[in-house]
Amino acid sequence: MQATLFLEQLLNGLQFGFMLFLMAAGLTLIFGVMGLINLAHGSLYMIGAFACAAVAAATGSFWLGLMASLAAAAAAGALIEVVVIRRLYQRDHLDQVLATFALILILSEATRWLFGSLPLYLDIPPLLQGTVPLPGGSRYQLYRLALIGAGAAVAIGLYLLIARTRMGMRIRAGESDREMIAALGVDIRSLYTIVFALGAALAGFAGAMVGALQSVQIGMGEPVLILAFVVIVIGGIGSIRGALVGALLVGVVDTLGRFLLPALLSTFVSPSAAASTGAALASMLIYVVMALILAIRPQGLFPAGS
Amino acid sequence: MKKTLAACALAILASTGAAVAEPVKIGMITTLSGGGAGLGIDVRDAFELAIKKSGNAEIEIIVEDDAQKPELAVQIADKMVQSDKVDLLTGIIWSNLAMAVVPSVTAQDIIYLSPNAGPSPLAGAQCNKNYFNVAYQNDNFHEAMGEYANADYKKMFILAPNYPAGKDSLTGFKRYYKGEIAGEVYTQLGQTDYAAEIAQIRASDADGVFIFLPGGMGIAFTKQYAQSGVGTPLMGPGFSFSQDVLGAIGDAALGVRNSASWAKDLDNAANKDFVAAFQAEYNRLPSIYAAQAYDTANLILSALAKAGVKDKDAFRAALKEADFATVRGKFRFNSNQHPIQDIYVREVVKEGDVITNRIIGTAFTDHGDAYAKDCKI
Repeated sequence: MQATLFLEQLLNGLQFGFMLFLMAAGLTLIFGVMGLINLAHGSLYMIGAFACAAVAAATGSFWLGLMASLAAAAAAGALIEVVVIRRLYQRDHLDQVLATFALILILSEATRWLFGSLPLYLDIPPLLQGTVPLPGGSRYQLYRLALIGAGAAVAIGLYLLIARTRMGMRIRAGESDREMIAALGVDIRSLYTIVFALGAALAGFAGAMVGALQSVQIGMGEPVLILAFVVIVIGGIGSIRGALVGALLVGVVDTLGRFLLPALLSTFVSPSAAASTGAALASMLIYVVMALILAIRPQGLFPAGS
Repeated sequence: MKKTLAACALAILASTGAAVAEPVKIGMITTLSGGGAGLGIDVRDAFELAIKKSGNAEIEIIVEDDAQKPELAVQIADKMVQSDKVDLLTGIIWSNLAMAVVPSVTAQDIIYLSPNAGPSPLAGAQCNKNYFNVAYQNDNFHEAMGEYANADYKKMFILAPNYPAGKDSLTGFKRYYKGEIAGEVYTQLGQTDYAAEIAQIRASDADGVFIFLPGGMGIAFTKQYAQSGVGTPLMGPGFSFSQDVLGAIGDAALGVRNSASWAKDLDNAANKDFVAAFQAEYNRLPSIYAAQAYDTANLILSALAKAGVKDKDAFRAALKEADFATVRGKFRFNSNQHPIQDIYVREVVKEGDVITNRIIGTAFTDHGDAYAKDCKI
């Protein structure tokens, strides 16, 4: 096995992990602070990607599109919180799942109504096109390095926001005791809206960044949503640190598994059989990891409030 | 006054037409919502366009959305057969949905015409006199790419999603490709990030890459592949580089070779007429799915001119003659009622601002499929 290929795959795993983190961070914050299961988080990811593609197509600038994606996803998040989600905090999780599932359908069809059903075009900005050399002679795509950088920057920013600011203090207080913080005179309703919009903006940001790499189409958020749930279950529900560790773990395990398992199997069976069996095993790998971690630590790696 | 006269003339024309025509109900089950909706919408629009151009007012089309879900498609088929009492069924895009619907409706003596999916069981042992495939057998385009790759490529890296159609694809490719396989990779269905696979392509010594990744998967792969700067020539079946996805891939698709039974620049009168009419009606270029649906509608119209739809034996015989002006230039049915047709190699090019396909060669002439020998009709 060449070391350069391994290094490239490790970077791929990190990049995938950081993008998952952007999704999982919002999801885990919303669950931690409000106790709400939000299935429509993937739709906010889609809204970010569509906003970015539409604005980039109209203005010719990816960066304006990126800002639009943050604004559109945050606005959509705030609107959803005020109109729908606010009525669900007192209900049990099944009602929340049902209502947010309905939101997925409504938002998907609304997007189709606005943009049509064909996928949209979104390319990476000229500044970040091309590849950079890796040690060992291989090359790596600059944009993927930028994604790793952006993900790491958001992780640090979120840590500072939650650990060092008054806003973060309120979020932490909301996580540990909702009634008490409301009794102390903090406007819990607007705090909820802000947290929801923040989570939505992170999802929209991820959608726009990844949309340039993949395809901007209806339903693009749901596969990512499932992985984001795996991440927060592994990391411990409600914990940002857990979301970061879980996301990187899932990203690296999934990427390396997809590449190493077929190679490993091909020493035993024919290449064609190894390719299809290895691919099937690799797609199960992260769920196996999740099951193992839950067996050892049922609360996840970093349970909130510990 | 002129208008009323013209209307009278039309009415007379229509009434004389109606003397032979009888009411025909066609049920269309296709995908109009979800990620695969672009394909179904092209099929519906082209089918309706052909019926509209024919001026046959006796044909009623009932369209329903299957949302790409097999269980929903089965329910719709039951409803169309039992309560709408349709004479013909058509429209399904996906092979897994076709496998769920076609065997049961054809067993109830309803004629089904496929405008897209062509799973191998329905071409072989499970073929049926009520099942007509107007599109292709699933392996055809992959076989064509394998044949094409023989000319210039000695070591191919091949990649498809890990599901039945993906495995059929690589099997079809290898059925005709004689060179060496540098790597064979199966990805997850619905996967959108291909960094790990592209790294393996970069590390291999392949001189060509064949992919079968329909819909969003193909968009994602092609963009990432172009951005990665690997540069090994890319090829695949026409599905990943059809008009419905080219706009979203953008310049990254330029130069990619792909196989299909149709392209918008095919030089025949029916095709020129179709492309112009489709553009005028819907303000976009048609895709291969639109072309196949347009042919399906015209095949039905040609059979209706010869036989009544209630006389099943005569109608099936009329369908089998395939006596219609196909946009593919030539078309006839094999013994298993699947097409015998030419398969072309196309290249993705830019015409002005529009990214589209242009024919650069012919991979197969009068190509049937590998399963016809197992079919006993």
